[in-house]
Amino acid sequence: MQQLKMKQFANLKWSVAFLIAIASVMILVGTASQAQHENASGKLVGTAAGTDAASQVMIDNFVYSPVPLTVKVGTTVTWINHDDIPHTIDSTQGKFKSAALDTDDKFEFQFKEAGEYPFYCRIHPKMTGKIIVQP
Amino acid sequence: MADKKHDLIDQKLHDLNNDGVDRRGFLKCMAWAGTGLVWTLGGGVPVSRVFAKSAKKNSMGGNFSFVQISDSHIGFDKPANPDVTATLQVAIDKINALPEKPDFMIHTGDLSHLSKPSEFDTLDQALRGAAAKQIYFVPGEHDMLTDNGEQYLQRFGKGSKGTGWYSFDHKGVHFVGLVNVANLKAGGLGSLGHEQLEWLEDDLKGRSASTPIVLFAHIPLWTIYPDWGWGTDDSEQALSYVKRFGSVTVLNGHIHQVMQKVEGKVSFHTAMSTAFPQGAPGKAPSAGPMKVPADQLKKVLGITDVNYQVSGKSLAIVDSPLDGSMSASSGE
Repeated sequence: MQQLKMKQFANLKWSVAFLIAIASVMILVGTASQAQHENASGKLVGTAAGTDAASQVMIDNFVYSPVPLTVKVGTTVTWINHDDIPHTIDSTQGKFKSAALDTDDKFEFQFKEAGEYPFYCRIHPKMTGKIIVQP
Repeated sequence: MADKKHDLIDQKLHDLNNDGVDRRGFLKCMAWAGTGLVWTLGGGVPVSRVFAKSAKKNSMGGNFSFVQISDSHIGFDKPANPDVTATLQVAIDKINALPEKPDFMIHTGDLSHLSKPSEFDTLDQALRGAAAKQIYFVPGEHDMLTDNGEQYLQRFGKGSKGTGWYSFDHKGVHFVGLVNVANLKAGGLGSLGHEQLEWLEDDLKGRSASTPIVLFAHIPLWTIYPDWGWGTDDSEQALSYVKRFGSVTVLNGHIHQVMQKVEGKVSFHTAMSTAFPQGAPGKAPSAGPMKVPADQLKKVLGITDVNYQVSGKSLAIVDSPLDGSMSASSGE
C-alpha cells in the first residue's frame, strides 16, 4: 500500500505540494500528535529520502545500482525507477514485492533483520540485485 | 545508428541462411520494410514479399491473409512517442486499407503499458475500428503487471488455458498462441513452463506433418540477445515438438523491430511495435524506448501482413511501416 501511495504521489505533483504545505503547517503550529507527525513524515520520506544516497537503489537502463547495497539493520531502503519502462522489486525469498513502478516511482522497505536479501524485476528477470543488511 | 542495425541484421542473416535459397537479400529487405507484417501461407514454405508489391494481388493469389500487430503499449506517454493511441490508429487505418482484407488479426502482446483498465479500454475501443473483427491475443509482460494477468485473461484471453495459451485452426493451418511472460524466474529469460509445454506437446500430437503450423508468443522463441532478456529459456523444448512438421512459422513481438531467421523448416519473425522503437541488440544502453526524430517515428513502427497460399506452397510475410513510404527497403 505504501508503494501505491508513492505512485499516486508521483502522478499528482500538486497533491504532494499541497500535502507538504499541510505537513509544514502542522509541524509549525505544533498541534500534530506524535502519530500524525510520523504519518506525515512517513509520506514525505519518498521525497526526503531522495537526499540519502546511502539507502537508495537507483534503476537506470534496466540496471539496479549499487549492487549489492550494504546497510545497517533498521534502514529503510528506497528504490527509484528512472527508466521510461516500468520495473518491479521482488524479493526472491518472498520478503517484499513492489507494484510496477512507472517512471520516477519509488518503493520502500525497512530491513529489520541482518542478512542478505536478493531481489529481481519480475518484468525483466535479467535484472537482479541484493541488499546486505549488517547488524 | 541505422547502418549499425543494418549491419547487425545482415550479419545474422549471413550466419543463418546457409540453405542455398536466395533469401538473404529478401530478408534483409524485409527487415527494413517496416511496421506491419502480412503473412501469406502457401503450402507450408514461408515466402516473403515486399509490401509495395502486394498491390499485385493476383500474383499472390493467397487463400487467406492475416495481420500481426504488436507492442501497442497503450498508456506510454514518454518522448519516444507521446501519443501511442494515435499511432495504433494509424496502424489500424493501414490494415483497413490493405488490398486483401485479412481474415483475422493477431496481437503479440504488450497491449497496455501498465496493465491499467483504462489502457485496455483504449486498446479495445481502437481495435473495434479494424476491418478484421476476429483478433487473437497473447499477453506481454506489460499486460500482467497486476493480479497475475487476471484482467487480461478476462478481457482478451477468454476460453484460453493456463495463463492464456490456446490453439485454433483456420483453413487448414494450425495456430498456437503461447504465453512466455508469466512466472519469470530471477536471472532468467522468457518462460513457457512445464504445464504449457505438456499442453503443447499434446495439442500437436496426432496432427499431420503436412499441416502448416504457426506459433505466436510475445517474447521471441529464439535467442536474439540474452543480455536484454530477448529469448525464452525453454523454447528449445517447444520447438522440438514442431520439428516433424513441414512448415513452421514463429511470430513474436517484444523487441520492437523486425528480425528474421530461417532454420530448416522453421522460420522466425519478429514484428515492429505500433508504439515506439527499441535499439538494435547491444547497440543501445538498454532495451528501453529509443527516441528518434518525430518525422522518423512512423518509419520504425508498423504492422505485419501474412498471406497464406495453398497452391503456391508459400507463406509470405510483409512488414510495412506506418508512414506508408517504402523508403526503408528502397535500397534493395
